Amino acid sequence: MVLPADRPDSPPLSLWRVLKSLRAYRWLSIGALLSSLLLTAAYAVTPQLFRWGIDQGIAKGDLQVVLASAGAMVGAAVGRGLFNFGQSFWAEAASQGVAYDLRNRIFSKIQNLSFSYHDRAQTSQLLTRVTSDIEQIRTFLSTSLVQVISAIATLLGIAVILLLMNWRLALITLTVIPMAGWLLARFLQRNSTIFRLVQEQLGNLNAVLQENLLGVRVVKAFVRESTETQRYISLNETLAATNMKTIRAIRNTFPFIFLLSNLVTVAVVGYGGALVIGGNFSVGELVAFNSYLLLLLQPVLLIGFAAPAIAQAAASADRVYEVVDAAIEIRDCPGAVPFQTCGGRITFENVSFRYPGATQEALQHVSFETKPKELIAILGMTGSGKSTIMNLLPRFYDVTQGAVRIDGRDVRDFTLSSLRSHIGIVFQETTLFSGTIRDNIAYAKPEASLEEVMAVAQTAQIHDFIVSLPQGYNTIVGERGVGLSGGQKQRIAIARTLLTDYSILILDDSTSAIDAKTTAEIQAALDDLMRRKTCTSFVIAQRISTIQEADRILLIDKGKLVAQGTHEELMRSSPLYGAILESQMKQPT
Amino acid sequence: MTSTSPEVANQPKPSISTLRRFLQYLRPYRSELPLALTLVALGAVTQSLGPFLIGWSIDNLIMQGNLTGLLGMLCILCSIYGFGVLAIRGQILRVGWIMQRLLAQLRQDIFTKIQSLPISFFDRSEAGDLMSRLLNDVSTVNQAFGQTIAQMLGNLFSLIGIVIAMLSINWQLGLLSNLVVPLMIFTTGLFARWARARFRVTRKTIGELSAMLEENISSVREAQAFNRVQLNIEEFELLNAANRDANVQAVAITAAFLPSIDFLNTLATAAVLAYGGYLAVTGAATVGVVTAFLLYVQLFFRPIQILSQFYTQAQSALAGLERIFFLLDEPVQLQDAPHALTMPPIRGEVTFEQVSFGYQQNQQVLKSISLQVQPGQMIALVGPTGAGKSTIINLILRFYDVTSGAVKIDGIDVRQVTQASLRRQIGIVLQDNLLFSGTVAENIAFGRPDATQAEIEAAAQLANVHEFITSLPQGYTTRLGERGAPLSQGQRQLISIARAVLIDPRILILDEATSSIDTRTEKLIQAAIANLLKDRTSFVIAHRLSTVTQADRVLVIQQGQIVEQGTHAELMALQGVYANLYALQLGASNH
Repeated sequence: MVLPADRPDSPPLSLWRVLKSLRAYRWLSIGALLSSLLLTAAYAVTPQLFRWGIDQGIAKGDLQVVLASAGAMVGAAVGRGLFNFGQSFWAEAASQGVAYDLRNRIFSKIQNLSFSYHDRAQTSQLLTRVTSDIEQIRTFLSTSLVQVISAIATLLGIAVILLLMNWRLALITLTVIPMAGWLLARFLQRNSTIFRLVQEQLGNLNAVLQENLLGVRVVKAFVRESTETQRYISLNETLAATNMKTIRAIRNTFPFIFLLSNLVTVAVVGYGGALVIGGNFSVGELVAFNSYLLLLLQPVLLIGFAAPAIAQAAASADRVYEVVDAAIEIRDCPGAVPFQTCGGRITFENVSFRYPGATQEALQHVSFETKPKELIAILGMTGSGKSTIMNLLPRFYDVTQGAVRIDGRDVRDFTLSSLRSHIGIVFQETTLFSGTIRDNIAYAKPEASLEEVMAVAQTAQIHDFIVSLPQGYNTIVGERGVGLSGGQKQRIAIARTLLTDYSILILDDSTSAIDAKTTAEIQAALDDLMRRKTCTSFVIAQRISTIQEADRILLIDKGKLVAQGTHEELMRSSPLYGAILESQMKQPT
Repeated sequence: MTSTSPEVANQPKPSISTLRRFLQYLRPYRSELPLALTLVALGAVTQSLGPFLIGWSIDNLIMQGNLTGLLGMLCILCSIYGFGVLAIRGQILRVGWIMQRLLAQLRQDIFTKIQSLPISFFDRSEAGDLMSRLLNDVSTVNQAFGQTIAQMLGNLFSLIGIVIAMLSINWQLGLLSNLVVPLMIFTTGLFARWARARFRVTRKTIGELSAMLEENISSVREAQAFNRVQLNIEEFELLNAANRDANVQAVAITAAFLPSIDFLNTLATAAVLAYGGYLAVTGAATVGVVTAFLLYVQLFFRPIQILSQFYTQAQSALAGLERIFFLLDEPVQLQDAPHALTMPPIRGEVTFEQVSFGYQQNQQVLKSISLQVQPGQMIALVGPTGAGKSTIINLILRFYDVTSGAVKIDGIDVRQVTQASLRRQIGIVLQDNLLFSGTVAENIAFGRPDATQAEIEAAAQLANVHEFITSLPQGYTTRLGERGAPLSQGQRQLISIARAVLIDPRILILDEATSSIDTRTEKLIQAAIANLLKDRTSFVIAHRLSTVTQADRVLVIQQGQIVEQGTHAELMALQGVYANLYALQLGASNH
């Protein structure tokens, strides 16, 4: 779920905001609008040229006029072509511009939103907003909006011309607009649920297909082929049946809309024909009237079909602005100063913390203070709150109560970027980015030289492996690249962190997938680094073996700091520590 | 992209044979087709008869001042249009029904085919590519043939009717207006080619943009921790701008397409007006003829425009069809032998007799492996990635057939029995525990859809997951989304163990998960697996020390051969490959 914004706009308001964002592309928009109006005028003028050619040319036997009208028609066609092009092209350019701006804004927002927001938002939903929702908005600007504007202009223009030519005949003709409009509106309203149902059922059907492609081994191993086929067939039949419902609905509407338009033509021919016979109307006028009639139905249908698209665009705009407007919970406080040097005294002062939306506190009254150059190990069961403690130091979250201080200064007094750039953290879960191994290690410092990258890779005990690959540091990893084992990924993550300008280092269970021998080697290298380069280091671990070297062990249980001391001290004093130790000796890995 | 874009899929031109084969799908509807086509034709005739009669009336009734004749004509027109409604309604229903049946059949054929293809097909890389496009292809075909085909047929018939009417009224004028058609076809082709090139670029840019988005949204925590936010935003803006520019450039082509067609259209109309005017002035044709003609010319281009737009849509649909037919033609290797027996209840003896195997012809993944496993034994397979561990399992399940040698279960060659009767007695738990959309109970009963609720719960209990399931608000009827969302990896694994428990397999295959799962769940999983292994012959691709120490025998596989075998203790004493691997991969804690 994506969180609601501070001030949620109602859909029409969001759409209005989309329209206002066209202001940045005002010349393109004006160009598109003018082209659209001129195009409508050019369309409206063509039947008049017919009339002129027939009445003044053919009927009177004036070949000059005939040729002139033919020439004028070609001229009008050139104009139409240019205006048509201008309308589509400028509208598209403006809409692409708006989409570009929106995508930049939403992306930048997503990158800056706090951890607590991302804990609750789903990646796939955010992705939908940046891709398909913005595309809906863009299509609305480039297509639906243009269609509706030119449709309305066409209807108005033709209505005026017809009324000027013969108001009685015009009134008969114009009845086609409300009647067709009514039929269409009824059709869309009655069948919107069926159309949604078709989409939904199609989605279900495709999900089964995809599932069976991905899980083909499981399906075959469990001899499920015929059951899965039955399942697919029954969903397939349901979809076909729903599709037939839409076909029935189409059958009950569109033939009648066409009939309506045809009957109006008959009425025009009848009444207009009688007028011509009575000498009150010319043949050319009658032909022109008929031509206009052909132009009337199209705009009504266009508006009808644009309506659902506009409603969809409004909903999309709502979702997009929801993210754009979302509040960034953690940001620089007014008067924040850059974090420069670290003395190594980190203080947790009666810290309590509750994850937004959670009912229980993840940390309760945690207090401790580190000494310069100290190596602190944090130990606890899964869910005890040990990772939470370390999330508070780089201000991924802000404390609910109490304070976290570095050298006596509240972390909230520092600018976020300076604070975080001095804290090196290796997460529990390793993310590899698509790109080369070198790119991955230099993630935080893209300008790093190959020598620097190699140096940290050596410390993380991954250099030898990397150079054993045919492409070495240029090996592509990530989704479409070479697959790496969990341990190799973790070592790359460690190297990545070592390349930053850290003075505080946090390792969050970062060697869980690395074998014991390598872990020992990494630790030896890190121990040296930690003593030299950092002011304080934290190691979060489940395995006791990895933290025996720590100066002090903090034992966390159910959000509380229950014991602290060296390995030997805790062995003597803490029954919980003893219990964890015992369970780990039995449990391999 | 607007609906008028003449975009075509980036595929070679589909052959006539594809179309012919598609038409074969119409066969079952032989008896319905004549009526449907007749209705389409009638609908088209009534639509083109109107202007013809109106033109004729202007010429012969209105110009002559024949009011009664005009009234009569109005009645005729009304009845023609009324009749037209009936024809069009009938046409929408009949054609719609046939197309829906046909598409449902096509989708069903694809799915059935996929179910019958051997695993080897899915392991080939180009097959994966084909699969990802399949969904897309089916929907393109759906769209092109499901919704628009009746309309297109109608337009085609109208076009033919109008051409006939024009030529019969005045053949010179008729030819003149038709002159422009080849020019239009040429223009459409030209634009299609240009657009294809430009849209290829947009497909690339949008792909890059999506990939970047997906990566950066899911790794936003890293971006903030490593101060990469600003850099990411800058990189995104570059790709975003490239995508915008590519789209604008593509639209320059599509935006010029309709105006060009419209221009050609008007050129023909103007020519008719000029030449028709000349004919009328010189008395070679009546005013009514010329007027009717001008109406026809306008009606004439509408279907052409619609058809030219459809042409591009139809082309990509045909390209999609071609890929679909390519899939349907894929040979089903590895079928049951002609007189395959039903596998009798398995005791659990598994024998590999000098088995060699390669996924491709000139490559050997397994080299003459021999192996004898007694019923109830637990075998652990260890070795580096790509050594052939998974291949051994693939052969036991007969996902592949051996190149030489034989795999026997209880002394029966697996090729002599039906695949279904063999696999029904083998259970598997894989690394990525793919669950399916449906309820939790349905997922556990995956291999035995007829299982009772009591059986399902018993299996869940044995798999240590009953408690978790009953803690869910909907219990066993909780619906899971695609791939088992929203359960955690550990929970999915427990359910997949229950799934294997329920079929009570005689042989069990287990590919241990490598990734770390939280300690509590991990313990549940270990205990569940221990329950599952009891009294069954089992093959475990091992990643944990506890597994190898429990195993009756450890097989060390390296480069397609069994290089060492024995118990954990025996192998450690050897101080050979295993001892080495153990230090590197299985990595126990120092305690």
